[in-house]
Amino acid sequence: MSSSLSLKAEFVKGIWKENPVMASLLGLCPTLAVTNAANNGLAMGLATTFVLLSSSLMISALRNFIPHQVRIAGYIVIIATFVTVADRFLAAYFPSISASLGPYIPLIVVNCLILGRQEAFSSKNGIGRSLLDSLGMGIGFILVLVVLGIIREILGSGSIFGMAVLGDWFTPWMVMILPPGAFLTLGILIALANWYNDPSRSKERRAVS
Amino acid sequence: MSKMNLSTRMILVLTLITVLSGGILAGWDTITKPKIAFHRQEALKAAIGDVLPAHDTYMSEETEFGTIYIATRDSSEQPVGIAFMAVGSGFQGELRIMVGLSPDMTQLTGIKVLEQIETPGLGTKIVVDPSNKQDPYWFPAQFKGVHVSPELVVVKNAKPTHTNEVQGITGATISSKAVTDILNKQIADIKTAWTSRGGPES
Repeated sequence: MSSSLSLKAEFVKGIWKENPVMASLLGLCPTLAVTNAANNGLAMGLATTFVLLSSSLMISALRNFIPHQVRIAGYIVIIATFVTVADRFLAAYFPSISASLGPYIPLIVVNCLILGRQEAFSSKNGIGRSLLDSLGMGIGFILVLVVLGIIREILGSGSIFGMAVLGDWFTPWMVMILPPGAFLTLGILIALANWYNDPSRSKERRAVS
Repeated sequence: MSKMNLSTRMILVLTLITVLSGGILAGWDTITKPKIAFHRQEALKAAIGDVLPAHDTYMSEETEFGTIYIATRDSSEQPVGIAFMAVGSGFQGELRIMVGLSPDMTQLTGIKVLEQIETPGLGTKIVVDPSNKQDPYWFPAQFKGVHVSPELVVVKNAKPTHTNEVQGITGATISSKAVTDILNKQIADIKTAWTSRGGPES
């Protein structure tokens, strides 16, 4: 059952081709909820990647010991443990980030991106491959969250990472930092990605030339 | 392992995972707990400092309506202000507001919203308004010096004309009203608690 891709492909696939948000539409709750500023997107992406990596490490190491019938219960306990570790870490060392992300850090437990990777990959592959897969997926997730955060923050607050970049002439588009702005931006990004990836597009081009 | 009965194995593995998880979390909690408590204490101290006039020290006192913080200065017994935490419903969830009152409980000396989950960009202006570049803290700042009797009133789309009025946030009337509603109710409670205690000395 284990994957036959090269190690490099295992790592790279999560960044674009199988990007958890753009291709699989996984983990949409935090993607939509916390990307009203680039900082928040980055912090959420890093916390999720930490949980993804540590859970994958544990679950791929234990994959032959956990009976099939109770695997989900086991995975959830492992994931919840690392989420709590991340949540307490932020509260202890980065209280301001912890305050601005509020309940969304504990909610990483139910992020289907994490359980999805464990079920689809780490439970069937060795530690090395699982870590590479998680790292790729995590980076893919961070990239989408930061790009969404930057677009929404520029249009919604006129700043990037909290630094004002647009002058006083700019009236912030309030909708961009509200939930509809998240849906609009993500929808347009996914549409662009699908257009770019569309195989028929390159055929048409060939036919014309 | 494979010779073991399946149910026994399921119980054993899950127990092991949960015990391990409990151990990790207990250990991590002992490391982070003092730091989290420290941040909370610092935030409380900073919030009291923000809402009360200059003071040297404060002592907390339990009343039937919650803890109040009585600030004094220059080793005088006479308080320079009383602070308390007001808690109530905002537009979407709980608001926790540190409130500062003058010793005679007629005026606010300041408020600071410590916790909220209001609508980003609208209701969150009760904390800070990034769209107002000259004065991002205009909403909480205007509470300083406002009279609390007969009660606090929000005015819409206009400058306040009376001493008990504050200007509401455009697009977040409910959040603005929530703040004054919570203050009105809980200031009344704190007044009762303060009077039954023997103050205010007027």
